[in-house]
Amino acid sequence: MSEVKLTVNGRAVTRDVEDRTLLVTLLREHLGLTGTHVGCDTSQCGACTVHIDGHAVKSCTVLAAQVDGSEVVTIEGLADGASLHPMQEAFRTHHGLQCGFCTPGMIMMGIDIVQRHSSLDEETIRKELEGNICRCTGYHNIVKAIKAAADDMAVGTPSMAAE
Amino acid sequence: MYATNYAKATSLEDAVAKLKSSEDGKFLGGGQTLLATMKQRLAAPTDIIDVTKIPELQGISVEGGKVVIGAATTHSQVAASKEIASAIPALAELAGTIGDPAVRNMGTMGGVLANNDPAADYPAAALALDATIMTTRGEHAAADYFTGIFETALEEDEIITKIAYTIPKKAAYEKFRNPASRYSLCSVFVALLDDGPRVTVTGSGNDGVFRVTEMEEALKANWSPDAVRSIAIDPATMLADIHGSAEYRAHLVPVLAARAVAKAG
Ligand SMILES: Cc1cc2nc3c(=O)[nH]c(=O)nc-3n(C[C@H](O)[C@H](O)[C@H](O)COP(=O)(O)OP(=O)(O)OC[C@H]3O[C@@H](n4cnc5c(N)ncnc54)[C@H](O)[C@@H]3O)c2cc1C
Ligand code: FES
Ligand code: FES
Repeated sequence: MSEVKLTVNGRAVTRDVEDRTLLVTLLREHLGLTGTHVGCDTSQCGACTVHIDGHAVKSCTVLAAQVDGSEVVTIEGLADGASLHPMQEAFRTHHGLQCGFCTPGMIMMGIDIVQRHSSLDEETIRKELEGNICRCTGYHNIVKAIKAAADDMAVGTPSMAAE
Repeated sequence: MYATNYAKATSLEDAVAKLKSSEDGKFLGGGQTLLATMKQRLAAPTDIIDVTKIPELQGISVEGGKVVIGAATTHSQVAASKEIASAIPALAELAGTIGDPAVRNMGTMGGVLANNDPAADYPAAALALDATIMTTRGEHAAADYFTGIFETALEEDEIITKIAYTIPKKAAYEKFRNPASRYSLCSVFVALLDDGPRVTVTGSGNDGVFRVTEMEEALKANWSPDAVRSIAIDPATMLADIHGSAEYRAHLVPVLAARAVAKAG
């Protein structure tokens, strides 16, 4: 067993977990944060993407114990009360989802992409999304949403909650 | 995931001691290969000992014609490093082609070199840039280090601490990726070192990464894409799988080598 201390969406949590516990298992099954999805469980699809200390990682391929002490942000940690994060708002406005299964991972990766690039074009967004798979949308609207959110986040409109 | 014991090593001595006292332990880097392998039961270590926080495995420095990179450095850190981008731009670029951004945020250079997947990218750079793999037991020249597919000169309890790459006069990496896995199907690294050109291939060799000395000789006489374009590779030395036949891979090597030479300038 390992004692794992994390800050999850701004809240300090401590859990005793079996060493084999994946971060996604801790989030979904121990903390009830089921917004983070498991699509493939083999680090291919990106549905499980969360932020660890500000960087996107696939939580199906990280042990909770490995990231003991870090700050984790999941899809549940983005909105500021009733106001959505600009990336969430952009996915809504631009219809960047259909079934919604890939969406939490797309949004977490989208934010990571915006944070790493001072300016973003469509080609860069498509390249950066190579580890996130969507079976519904054909990606066009996801790319559009990320571009729009990048513009919003650059002018610093709604604050980046919990980031 | 089946049961295993996880421990974070605080020092090299601690890591080696933990490994030795375990029944069937393994070191853990970023886990981007080992954890997936464990899920598939292709590996079943009783203990995994995380080496990524050990001080000796950190840092990037440029010293005496070499770029020295800590084994726990992630692919993202290599891709974003200003020191690496100015000393060996081809190496920073190569790091940015590995997997996807989330994999690059966890995966480490030591993990790739210890694993020696025949489709991994760093082995091509390490062999082309006469890298030295520094470990808890000494040093390995890249030329003696890669001993076969998923095989290296490392002992069970040996930890890669740092990797020193020779700064070339010029270099370029041309990656032809499998679009699904994003690993190399066939990729070529070319470099011009003080003692001459290097051409290495990953993703395609029967024994893993290899040098193409015939191309190196040709480039020595004439550093130009035309010098390598018509040098044939024997398909009998190439891997074949559902992604590409041996003939296809053999065909790709001179095509990619010519592109890499053009890119290196
Ligand atoms: C979706 C996906 C796509 C990928 N695409 C690519 C790609 O395009 N190109 C590419 O090259 N790789 C690719 N990879 C592999 C990735 O680069 C991994 O990071 C790498 O293979 C293993 O590094 P790691 O730090 O995660 O090591 P781990 O998975 O933790 O360990 C791998 C092996 O190395 C050993 N090890 C780790 N660190 C050390 C050390 N310091 N000393 C001694 N032994 C050590 C471990 O015991 C284990 O046997 C991909 C992986 C995924 C999941
Ligand atoms: S569930 Fe983690 S990458 Fe698919
Ligand atoms: S919206 Fe259904 S998988 Fe992307």
